[in-house]
Amino acid sequence: MNTLFDKIWDAHVVQIVPDGPTQLYIDRLYCHEVTTPQAFDGMRARGIKPLRPQQIVCMPYHNTPTHDQDKPIEDPVSKKQVDTLAANAAEFGLTHYGMMDSRNGIIHVVGPERGLSLPGMTIVCGDSHTSTHGAMGAVAFGIGTSEVEMVMASQCILQQKPKSMRISVEGSLGRGVTAKDVALYIMSKMTTSGATGYFVEYAGSAVRNLTMEGRLTLCNLSIEMGARGGFIAPDETTFEYIKGREHAPKGEAWDRAVAYWKTLKSGPDAIFDREIVFKAEDITPMVTYGTNPGMGMGIEDTIPALESVQQSGRASFMRSLNYMGFEPGDKLSGKKVDYVFLGSCTNGRIEDFRAFASIAAGRKKAPGVVCWLVPGSWMVKRQIEDEGLDKLLEAAGFEIRQPGCSACLAMNDDKIPAGKLTVSTSNRNFEGRQGPGARTVLASPLTAAAAAVTGVITDPRTLM
Amino acid sequence: MKQKFDIIKSTCVPLPLENVDTDQIIPARFLKATTRNGKFFGDNLFCDWRYLKDGTPNPEFVLNDPRYGGCILVAGKNFGSGSSREHAAWAIAGYGFRVVISSFFADIHKGNELNNFVLPVTVSEGFLSELFASIKADPATEVEVNVPAQTVTNLATGRSERFELNGYKKYCLMNGLDDIDFLLESRAKIEAWEKANAR
Repeated sequence: MNTLFDKIWDAHVVQIVPDGPTQLYIDRLYCHEVTTPQAFDGMRARGIKPLRPQQIVCMPYHNTPTHDQDKPIEDPVSKKQVDTLAANAAEFGLTHYGMMDSRNGIIHVVGPERGLSLPGMTIVCGDSHTSTHGAMGAVAFGIGTSEVEMVMASQCILQQKPKSMRISVEGSLGRGVTAKDVALYIMSKMTTSGATGYFVEYAGSAVRNLTMEGRLTLCNLSIEMGARGGFIAPDETTFEYIKGREHAPKGEAWDRAVAYWKTLKSGPDAIFDREIVFKAEDITPMVTYGTNPGMGMGIEDTIPALESVQQSGRASFMRSLNYMGFEPGDKLSGKKVDYVFLGSCTNGRIEDFRAFASIAAGRKKAPGVVCWLVPGSWMVKRQIEDEGLDKLLEAAGFEIRQPGCSACLAMNDDKIPAGKLTVSTSNRNFEGRQGPGARTVLASPLTAAAAAVTGVITDPRTLM
Repeated sequence: MKQKFDIIKSTCVPLPLENVDTDQIIPARFLKATTRNGKFFGDNLFCDWRYLKDGTPNPEFVLNDPRYGGCILVAGKNFGSGSSREHAAWAIAGYGFRVVISSFFADIHKGNELNNFVLPVTVSEGFLSELFASIKADPATEVEVNVPAQTVTNLATGRSERFELNGYKKYCLMNGLDDIDFLLESRAKIEAWEKANAR
């Protein structure tokens, strides 16, 4: 009661269906090529048009190659999906940032950086990492394709109101500990289902002190503990980030907006269904050792013993370690790495490239390690070039690719070969996620860079 | 797609693994389809577990085990976690499952199942482990899912539980109606909300 989540949710209620869900008004619908073609087909079959086309923005980013985007996509199936989105956007009169458009990129990078995602909004997309936009102080969540069709048709969605949880991280983060490590730490304590049914508000001094890029990373991973979404109350850091961006309010509208945004916080008397507090000092650089993001540990820790796992979960635990080729009691630091992936909606922002470069600068890429450095958007790529990070990374033996999801889910050509061990800044280490048989260790950009220059899993603090 | 629900009695396919994510239910490479072809997704349900590298059926995977069949999938807790891809629900429906029983479902996937007329039935841990045991002892074990009464019964042991389903969704499932039908009827309410909230 009286939480920020209640305030935003309640302000968007169109009606509560008796003995049923809530009809919630949606301010922004983002569409990408993978989860919308069947929704557009549904609209055509019903003979209807989007109710509020100006509130819908479309862009492809899953199938896009990370090189030669100026040429046609080679994979005919990927090409068809990307072309289908463009054709549907044109037919239904929707804004579309196509491949090579300077505004294209992963929507969870593009939405915030273009000022499309703003505090107090409700935002949905057929993509579970839509929770990212919660960092702007918005209620943002992933939906299925039928729900995309619902929102196109009515600018509304039917949802049960989730319960509310506040996760506070208090104190100062140690050297080499990033927002990604905070998220992996929280997931390791919460498990992949620990926040299912909840919307999470992140709070506490460690969260407050994160930059916008860090907050976007933290909120991005909310789904990996089952939460539908996660958000952070907007503050001066948020307003400073938004000001002047393409779609941000301007002039008098800006002053009015900020005055409203300043009211967006949980009351001192707010009651959450669940409250959890973590200490920032307990968090070290993190790595995952299994096949879900909740299977994480400190980089110098050892994989838990089978006996420490609940009986009903032991089959899944052993299946997971067998897939990874690890044993209970193993330490990951020192293990040989084949691939390093920097990018995705989790860690594809400018700050992530700065962090990677801070370790890579003055060192050389380890021989035998294949590294893919993929910005989350063209805007990030341009910023990398403006700051000279591309030159610095090239000198160390790295190459910056073109933006998209890339090896995070391997829908384009960027697939990790079977059996290869990857240190990845992405969000999921599921079996086969980065390519059939690929083995994924999730980590921060600093830890990824440490692996890239040493060729083995390495505590980044030893190189700082 | 819009099948009406009443009482379903069937044998089950057991999948006693926890945290089965939607990348396992349908791997990302099958997400490039631009149509909702149930057979295509159903044929690739659990593809990387179901088929060996050479494309032949993996005899160790339950969908290839001739002892098990029926329109009810029984899975370990936290079924459908991860990606929001509705293709996972299309694959489950396309294969022919009408009900999934688990002790816990991931949120987005649960909604996707309901929107595709697949019923997610949440049972207690005790019910689930007993059901796995019944199926293991006798693959011909049947389960009855009674949607009007909102009960699920293990017919081997007689154990029965009530499951959650809100009145609105129950009405939709029993009458073959979807949410879009409902939302399109609410246009006046939507416009009234927009008028009241114009900024």
